[in-house]
Amino acid sequence: MIAENLGGERGGEAVFSGINFALGKGQALIVTGPNGAGKSTLLRVVAGLLPVAAGRLLIEGGAEDFPSVASACHYLGHQNAMKTALSVAENLRFWRDFSGADFLSAEQALAMVGLDGIGHLPFGYLSTGQRRRAAIAKLLVSRRPLWLLDEPTAGLDKASEERFGELMTKHLDEGGMIVAATHLPLGIEGATELRMGEVD
Amino acid sequence: MWSLFLRDIRLSIRAGGGALTGVIFFLAVIATIPFGVGPDLNLLARIGPAILWIGALLACLLGLDRLFQADREDGSLDLLVLGDDRQMLALTVLTKCLAHWAGSVLPLVIATPLLGLFMNMAPIGIGATALTLLVGTPAITFIGAAGAAVAVALPRGGLLISVLVLPLTIPVLIFGVSASYGAVANPDPFLQPFLILAALTLFLAVLGPVAAALALRHGTD
Repeated sequence: MIAENLGGERGGEAVFSGINFALGKGQALIVTGPNGAGKSTLLRVVAGLLPVAAGRLLIEGGAEDFPSVASACHYLGHQNAMKTALSVAENLRFWRDFSGADFLSAEQALAMVGLDGIGHLPFGYLSTGQRRRAAIAKLLVSRRPLWLLDEPTAGLDKASEERFGELMTKHLDEGGMIVAATHLPLGIEGATELRMGEVD
Repeated sequence: MWSLFLRDIRLSIRAGGGALTGVIFFLAVIATIPFGVGPDLNLLARIGPAILWIGALLACLLGLDRLFQADREDGSLDLLVLGDDRQMLALTVLTKCLAHWAGSVLPLVIATPLLGLFMNMAPIGIGATALTLLVGTPAITFIGAAGAAVAVALPRGGLLISVLVLPLTIPVLIFGVSASYGAVANPDPFLQPFLILAALTLFLAVLGPVAAALALRHGTD
């Protein structure tokens, strides 16, 4: 995936411009910067949820499975995109069916994030950290080469953070790519860092 | 797509889904009309189909604002929009509309025969009204989806949606009511307005989701 001179705007006002990066298989990009620097906007632009204001963004080698960035990515935003009235397993099964490219089953994915045995509980009963872990399990139920993570570790405890770090490392080892916006160290070895909001 | 349909149906019948709000509103409207109009049974029978249609129309509009807003609040909408390459967004919207219709509007149609009795309508008139509602209400949902998609970012969008959508539903109302009357009043035709009503539904089944998908795509921020 290559971004050239990328610019993004929100509500008609430019939030960032001139962002360049290239990401190959098995590489991760950590986006850091103060609040309001445009980290989330960058992720949303990359995902295609916001229009590209300047420059260009392209993905190569996706073949027909992943023709565009939007089809190749998992987007984990601030919200968890899970329904509180449905059980955790129902939520995961829905996203698995909807996203296609099945990977792990809902139960396996929950076990990977250390939530086995609570699949039957309504999502609304979970604590903040458990909700976040369930949302992380959503990354595992269908296969996507690119993970776009917006503050993925918000609300996680130390042990879950480490576990999530392992999951990300595994994803990279399998040839995946990660773009993560965060304030906290994520525990990925050899990730490039993109600082935003410092050059003006 | 089937899984999205099932999910939305499940959500509508579980706690806080609001599947029953529409029916209760419909019931309240129809039950108060006889008190307001007075005990003139012939008059009630004559205005019956129109009142049932207006009641159903307003009840349909009631739950529309939650169609996309609930998904937007928990972030699901972003992922539904992102899935555009695999599952065409217009189809996703169509599925959501059908689930919304089956979950919140179909109960209105089922309640219609009972409420028709309140209005002293003849059995054939009740049957015709229920049938026209069955065929016509999906059209209201499809138009409503476009309105709901436009107003998805507004926290109190419900009234705006109704105001946006109501003028567009007038043709559906006109042909629905005239078909219902056609079944009872002899010289009036039933089949012609009924077929136009069906055509309206089919036409809007295409136009509504496409318009809503367009609005959703440009409404993400």
